[in-house]
Amino acid sequence: MADFEPRIVAFLCHWCTYTGADLAGTTRQQYPPNIRIIHLMCSGAVDSIYVLKALIDGADGVLIGGCHPGDCHYQTGNYKARRRVAILKGILEQMGFTEHRIWLKWISASEGKLFADTVTKMVDDLKKMGPNPMKQLWNA
Amino acid sequence: MAKKAAVKVAEEKTDEAIIGFLKSLLEKEVVEAILIPKTLPSQDGFVQTLIRDPEKLNGVCVFSPTMPVQSARVVSNLSVKNLGKKVAAVLKACEIRAAVELAKFLQVKMDNLYLIGIDCPGTFEVTDYARMVQEGKGGESLTKELLKGMEKGELSLPSGYSFRTACQMCEYPVTQADISIKLFGYKADQEIGIEIGDKLGKEIEEKGILSFSENGSPSRSEVISKVIAERTKKRDALFQEFKGIVKDLQAFLDRFSTCVRCHNCMVACPICYCKECVFRTAVFEHDGDQFLRWADRKGEIRMPTDTLIFHLIRMSHMVTSCIGCGLCDSACPSRLPVATLFRSVGERIQKMFQYVPGRNVEETPPVASFKEDELKIESGAL
Repeated sequence: MADFEPRIVAFLCHWCTYTGADLAGTTRQQYPPNIRIIHLMCSGAVDSIYVLKALIDGADGVLIGGCHPGDCHYQTGNYKARRRVAILKGILEQMGFTEHRIWLKWISASEGKLFADTVTKMVDDLKKMGPNPMKQLWNA
Repeated sequence: MAKKAAVKVAEEKTDEAIIGFLKSLLEKEVVEAILIPKTLPSQDGFVQTLIRDPEKLNGVCVFSPTMPVQSARVVSNLSVKNLGKKVAAVLKACEIRAAVELAKFLQVKMDNLYLIGIDCPGTFEVTDYARMVQEGKGGESLTKELLKGMEKGELSLPSGYSFRTACQMCEYPVTQADISIKLFGYKADQEIGIEIGDKLGKEIEEKGILSFSENGSPSRSEVISKVIAERTKKRDALFQEFKGIVKDLQAFLDRFSTCVRCHNCMVACPICYCKECVFRTAVFEHDGDQFLRWADRKGEIRMPTDTLIFHLIRMSHMVTSCIGCGLCDSACPSRLPVATLFRSVGERIQKMFQYVPGRNVEETPPVASFKEDELKIESGAL
């Protein structure tokens, strides 16, 4: 598994985590290039369909990045995202998919380093876990 | 405070005692119409009927032992747009709980709606019941037998038949409604109980329809606990069995290999609240080239695609509010254990939010609310 490079699909909110990712770039933080970022206005706009579609069709992990609790630009989008992710993870765990491949992370616009560290850690963890079994189900 | 009454049954005709009470609701204008199951002319099934003329209540079947549709849907159609007159609906426990959930999603309006619940021994599949009638095992004799069994909570069914799986594991045999008709613990050929909630108690007393007393059946609560305990045991056994089979997603797909993607479970589900289902929108219409790219990545893909996503997303929408009526089971042409799936997943998710669907119309469903300080799941397992 030494040459396994995990593929991460990230749904980042415009106001915090996406801007945080931008900061990581402008401040020249190093992080692995395994991540594909999808820019959304709010983590509350992440539908469980997006997450599942990514995992079934080829991603090894999904990162959902939003503003810290209390900081949502739209007041409550991140709280709603948190419930949605909790429900989705609960369903998957109950159906025997217990691997920790869906990450929810609060990263503010000023936390470029935290963004870089999160991606580094996630890639590390996914490398240890190996490829996502869900993406191999041809009959899904 | 709920008001209680005991109603005497004449000549062992329990249904007539209840029909008499319902008639007086219409005649004394407590309500202007009643929605209630009626036996079809073919005698082998029941349908919900909206009755305005008190005389038409003759021949309704208050104990209809089937559930051809989830009446919460009927009640939704009836009440959601301009229901200007008071209507009472005679529903089973799971139908009431589904109606309560739909009210939270603004798809049932309770303003002019009065729910009449009736203790439920369980229901048969529609096709099973039709066969029972052909074999002479349905109709009045079955009702008599069921009512007799409900006195002690020991039901004996015609040989070769059983209740729907969802009913066998339903922990809600009694209803919380504006009017509850109580049968468990009563010698129903002599007496039944009626409980009136706050919404109607005063009016029914003033119009002299019932005389209230605190006397009830002494054994009722014991019988109910017994029935609930039996069903809970069955439920846990089914959950356990299901968990043993569905060890991972591959095992789930193996168990659900005969799913034909008909979406019947979705159509039958009273909780599926989206007015337009995402699986029937352009979101799931893709370019031909897109399918090829997916096939390219995996080497091959099942067509049509998205079977797993369909079940998972349906669950993520309805599982918090799943009241376990099991109509998905009845609707499945492949006889897949969809109800067991939704209920076993539902139990876990509902516990996560300490939410009991159908309990109280004042509560907010978990998908429509949040707490600031909860669910410490930030990049961690649940």
